[in-house]
Amino acid sequence: MYVAGVDVGSTQTKAVILDGDKKIVGRGLTHTGANVIAAAQRAFDEARQEAGVQQDEVTYTIGTGYGRYKVPFGDTQVTEISCHARGACYLFPATRTVLDIGGQDTKGIRTNELGEVVDFVMNDKCAAGTGRFLAAAAEVMGLTLDQLGETSLRSQKALRITNVCTVFVETEIMAQLARGRSVEDILHGVHNSISGRSVSLLRRVGLEPEITMTGGVARNVGMVSALEERMQLKINVSADSHYVGALGASIFAWEREFAHVAAGERKGE
Amino acid sequence: MEQKPTLKYKNLAMNTQRDLLATWYGKLATAEETKLPIAYMLVPGSVSELVRLMGFEIVFPEINALQCGMKKTAGKMILKAEDLGYSSDVCGYVKNEVGLFLTDRESPTGKLPAPDLLVCNYVGCTTFVKWFEALASYYEVPLFMLDAPYIRGDGITLHQRDYFVQQLRDLADLCGSISGAKYDEDKLKEMLRYSKEAEDLWVKILHSAKHVPTPIDSYFEAVFFMSPVFLMRGMPETVEFYKNAWLEVEERMQLGIGPLPEEKVRAVIEGPPAWPHFRAFWDLFKKWGVVSVASTYSKVGGLFDLGFRHDPDHPLESIAEYCMGCYTNISLPKRAKLLKQYLEEYSADCLVIHSVKSCRSFSMGQADMREYFMHEVNVPTLQIESDLADPRYFQRAQLMNRIDAFFESLEHRRLTAV
Repeated sequence: MYVAGVDVGSTQTKAVILDGDKKIVGRGLTHTGANVIAAAQRAFDEARQEAGVQQDEVTYTIGTGYGRYKVPFGDTQVTEISCHARGACYLFPATRTVLDIGGQDTKGIRTNELGEVVDFVMNDKCAAGTGRFLAAAAEVMGLTLDQLGETSLRSQKALRITNVCTVFVETEIMAQLARGRSVEDILHGVHNSISGRSVSLLRRVGLEPEITMTGGVARNVGMVSALEERMQLKINVSADSHYVGALGASIFAWEREFAHVAAGERKGE
Repeated sequence: MEQKPTLKYKNLAMNTQRDLLATWYGKLATAEETKLPIAYMLVPGSVSELVRLMGFEIVFPEINALQCGMKKTAGKMILKAEDLGYSSDVCGYVKNEVGLFLTDRESPTGKLPAPDLLVCNYVGCTTFVKWFEALASYYEVPLFMLDAPYIRGDGITLHQRDYFVQQLRDLADLCGSISGAKYDEDKLKEMLRYSKEAEDLWVKILHSAKHVPTPIDSYFEAVFFMSPVFLMRGMPETVEFYKNAWLEVEERMQLGIGPLPEEKVRAVIEGPPAWPHFRAFWDLFKKWGVVSVASTYSKVGGLFDLGFRHDPDHPLESIAEYCMGCYTNISLPKRAKLLKQYLEEYSADCLVIHSVKSCRSFSMGQADMREYFMHEVNVPTLQIESDLADPRYFQRAQLMNRIDAFFESLEHRRLTAV
């Protein structure tokens, strides 16, 4: 018997399958796009293929992310805030603070020793400091998202990026390029700008070590470095950071299927 | 099968309030024909008894805004004001009223009369001042600025009270010069006796939420109970309303019936509701079995539950104290102390702070409040944001995410604790 977690995010949809021993046996990743239901199914199918299991062998599935109510094969839903906390604590059990930088939102989450959410804060009304901010910077400089981190680490001196608007930051970057500033130094500044916003968000929940970073942006080494520099603390990053929301959902599913933890009643949208 | 008890007084308060409001709006709609002098005034700290004594009927622009919000016309009014040049950052209540001015005051509650007098009871919100200055320039009528000193310390000083009473005397003179009415202190005393009686009953209703389960939701349902004591004090029909409302609450309490089929979480709620999406906003909490046992919004028209009553023996002095002591006119530490008291006295599980973009007097300091309750008082605290008037600032998906995450973690911790 297997369980699954499907994280339907604003940009990408992720799925994770766990076996009865709570081990990750499959992962799936796809762009969310306009058809949320299809994206959930695609990510789930990809994870199943990696795990080599049939759909009916997956006995409990939890949906999470903004599209959590749109996972038609899901048994119930849990928010990604709870899932990131649970997933981060699974990967790094001493985690007490989680920073999740996703496509459109950034979350600071404080957890307890059980991986439960004690407090959380999120950015509101504005995508500054999220993955979108980096995507806007990458686009204007003709880089892919994967190139951003490495490029910024080659910087000699960070420039100060003052704009906090995801849209207007493009104008500021273009102006800096026109002044002959290097792509490396501009990017370093962009990462510093985001780290500043993220750390102030984390301070609102209390910056208690260990700190684990989750979400797609955790793959960006420049971002991790800028955050560590600002906090003067080491950050845990896993190769599975991108899947932490889905992983957390699959752990909730595992607890309900195998450990018989009460699920609470199913809530409608 | 268990039979559902028959409720003799079901919805009595809501229906009676509707009738009271309909009568009031009817009076306003015919004010121009009947030559009834009209004053515009604000709800927090309103000196309605005095102004009514002096021959006026009252329009409350905030109530216009919330009615327009609930009836889905505020968005249009706000855009009218923005067309005129008002910024998107200006309070939605203000822009709704400007929109009404620009559309000849056709509101979903009927035609509203133009003012003969503007009484700006300034109680801690600087926007009130600019709002009424703008209205004075549009309508070209006298503006009386009632200046309530901000209450920083423990209470109102004698000097502050005297300063305010003098302003009330000046206001009475101005009202009299417009309406021709004479200041009759005996009549004012009689009005304040009705005010006090209604306030006593209202407090009894508020305190009923200390019961488990609470018979009323002190935030989402309180809005169907609070209008008369905020808008129509000093009248016998308001006292009658609260006698009826109490029958409904008492019956629910006796039968152990609450606002939801099952009370799972008892919350104290701070901040005004999202009027343009009132039902949708409530539903986000209902699905988690959340009931509000105390709220600060149901106190904007008076902190009567803390013991204040209009005093017929000291009419102007008590009106002064009422006005200065209202929620938005007290300091942030006092507000935090009040919330802490509510959390304890009403056996609440958590605090929910609804921060609204429009209202600086409410929202200022709420982030600090969250930190204080979360980290120092150790009460689970949720802060969410939308608006009380502008439908554009209600992001259901974002709100739902935060509300779901918060109550889900509360529920989970309870389940794992068992």
